Amino acid sequence: MSGHTTELVVFIVLFLIVSGMGFVASRWRRPDDLASLNEWGLGGRSFGSWITWFLIGGDLYTAYTFVAVPALVFSSGAIGFYALPYTVVVYPLVFLVLARMWSVSHVHGFVTPADFVRARFGSPTLALVIAITGLVATMPYIALQLVGIEAVLKAMGITGHLPIIIAFAILAAYTYQSGLRAPALIAFVKDALIYIVILAAVIYIPSQLGGWDSIFDAAKAKFDATPAPGDGYILNANNQLQYVTLAFGSALALFLYPHSLTGVLASKNRNVIKRNMSALPAYSLVLGLIALLGFMAIAAGTKPVTANGKTDTNTIVPVLFDQMFPDWFTGVAYAAVGIGALVPAAIMSIAAANLFTRNIYREYINKNATDSQEATVSKLVSLVVKVGAVLCILLLDPQFSIDLQLIGGVIILQTLPSVGLGLYTRWFHKGGLIAGWAAGLAAGMWMLYLIPNPATGKQHFGGSAFALSNFGFDTKMTIYAGFLALAVNLIVAVLGTLIFRAVKVADGEDATARDDYFADEGDPKVKDLDLTGSH
Amino acid sequence: MTTGEPGQPRTDRSPWNWLLVLPIVLPLLTFLFNADEPRLLGFPLFYWLQMAFIVVGVVSTTIVYRMTK
Repeated sequence: MSGHTTELVVFIVLFLIVSGMGFVASRWRRPDDLASLNEWGLGGRSFGSWITWFLIGGDLYTAYTFVAVPALVFSSGAIGFYALPYTVVVYPLVFLVLARMWSVSHVHGFVTPADFVRARFGSPTLALVIAITGLVATMPYIALQLVGIEAVLKAMGITGHLPIIIAFAILAAYTYQSGLRAPALIAFVKDALIYIVILAAVIYIPSQLGGWDSIFDAAKAKFDATPAPGDGYILNANNQLQYVTLAFGSALALFLYPHSLTGVLASKNRNVIKRNMSALPAYSLVLGLIALLGFMAIAAGTKPVTANGKTDTNTIVPVLFDQMFPDWFTGVAYAAVGIGALVPAAIMSIAAANLFTRNIYREYINKNATDSQEATVSKLVSLVVKVGAVLCILLLDPQFSIDLQLIGGVIILQTLPSVGLGLYTRWFHKGGLIAGWAAGLAAGMWMLYLIPNPATGKQHFGGSAFALSNFGFDTKMTIYAGFLALAVNLIVAVLGTLIFRAVKVADGEDATARDDYFADEGDPKVKDLDLTGSH
Repeated sequence: MTTGEPGQPRTDRSPWNWLLVLPIVLPLLTFLFNADEPRLLGFPLFYWLQMAFIVVGVVSTTIVYRMTK
C-alpha cells in the first residue's frame, strides 16, 4: 500500500462526499412521499433535459466501460474501438422508438419493458419471460461495476474484498433511502470528474509520449509483431464483419436493458428524450478518447497488474494513470472510475427491483398490491440484488462475471421482437414471440459455447466472435453471435406466428390503442398514474 | 413531435426522419475508414473519421428534432 497514500486519501474523500450526496438526494426535488414506484423508482417521472442527460449518460457509460474498453484496445487493437460506432449508431436508431415507448408507458403507467409487453400482447407468460430475461441480463452487469472498482483498488495495491463490501453497503443504503434520485444527483459529480480526467489525459499523456503519431506507431508495431489473426491497429479482412455486427448488435441491445429504460421513463416529456438523443453523443467522444488510452498504455510500456500468476488487463488504465499523473490527480481519476461504478449500479439495481415487483410480485404473489407495498418490495429487492452482485464477486472468479455479461448482451437482444418491434406492430402472435425467444436464446448459447479464447486457454465462452467456419465456410471471418441469434429469433417468431394463426390458437388482447403511442405531457390521457388499477 | 390539426390522428411520420438513416449506416461501412492514411493530427483515418461520424450523428438528430418538434 506504500506509495499510494495520497491517491487513497483523495479517493476516499471524494467517495465519501458522493455518498453523502446520495443520502441527501431523498430531499432533492422534494416529493411528498417516496412510497410509490413513480417516486422511488422513477424519481417522480419529472426529470428535464439536463438531469436526463446525466442520468442516461451515467447509466450507459459505466465504470466497466472505462476500464474494459481501453483494456480491449490494449490487448486486441482496433476491434475494441467498436464501442465508438456503437454509440454513434444507437441514438438515431432509437430516436423515434423511445419517444413511442415514453408515450405508451405514461398513458398506461408502465414501469418496466415487461409491463409494456404484458399490455401489448395480453400475455402474462410472455411478460414473465421478458422480465426474467431482463433480470438475468442485469445481474452480472451490476457485478461488473464491482470489477471496475476492483481494478482501481488493485492498482492502489489494495487486495481483498472488504473495501468492495463497504462501498456496496453504502451504495445499498442510499439507494434504499433515495431511490432513483440518488444516482441522478451523483451523476453530475461523476461526469464532472470523468470529463476533467479525460481532458487532462488526452492532452497531457500524448505530450509525454511524443504525440499521437508515435502512440499509433507504437500500437502498430505491437500488433504487427503478434501472430493472432484478430488483432491489429486497424481492422483486417477477418474481423470487419465482427466489428460491424458487434457495433450494430450492441446498439440494438442497449435500450432493451431495463435500466436504460428507467432513465427514459423518468423524463418529463417526449421532447426531453428527443433532445437527449442528439446531446448524448457528447459522451461518445469521451468514450472514443478513453478507448485510445489503451494505445497510450502500449506506447508508455504500461504493464497490467499481475497477481497469483494471473494478469488482469482490466488494470491497464489505472496503472497508466498511476504511471503518468501526479499522485493527487491519480486519486481523482480513480475516484472518477469508482463513482462511475456507483451510478449505474444504483440504476441497474432499481430497474431489476422494479422488474421483480411489477412482473413477478404483483402478477403472481399479490395482485392487489398498493403503491406503498410496491415501493417497499422494490426497496427490499434492490438490496437483495446488490447482495447478489457482491456474492458474484466474492464466490466466483470475476472472469466469470465478464463471461456472464457477454452472455447477458446476447440474451437481452432476444427481447427485441417483443419490446422493440412490439412498439411498432401488433402483428406477432404471443406464441410466436415466445418460440422465437427460446430459439434465439438456444442458438445464442450454442454459438457462445463454441467460441474459444486462445489467449486465456479457455475452450468455451471465450468471446462473442463466432467463426463462420463453424458452418463449413472456408473463411477466417467472424460475426457477432448475438446478431445471428437475433436472426434465428426473428425467423422463428415469424414462422411461429404464421403457424399459430393457421391453427387458430387464441392470441392475447392488445390493451393499447394507436393514439397511446403519440401522447405527450399535458394530454388528458397522460395522467398521474393509477398504479392500483387492474390491467 | 408533429401535432396535427384537432381531429386528425397524431403521427411521428415526417420526411425528415430519413435523415436518421445517415448516422446509422455511415459508421457500419468499414471500407470508408479502415485505413491508416491520411492521418489527421497524428490520428490514423480509422480513428479520426469515426470520431467525425459523431458530429454527423449530432447534426442529423438535431435537425430531425428541430424540424419535427
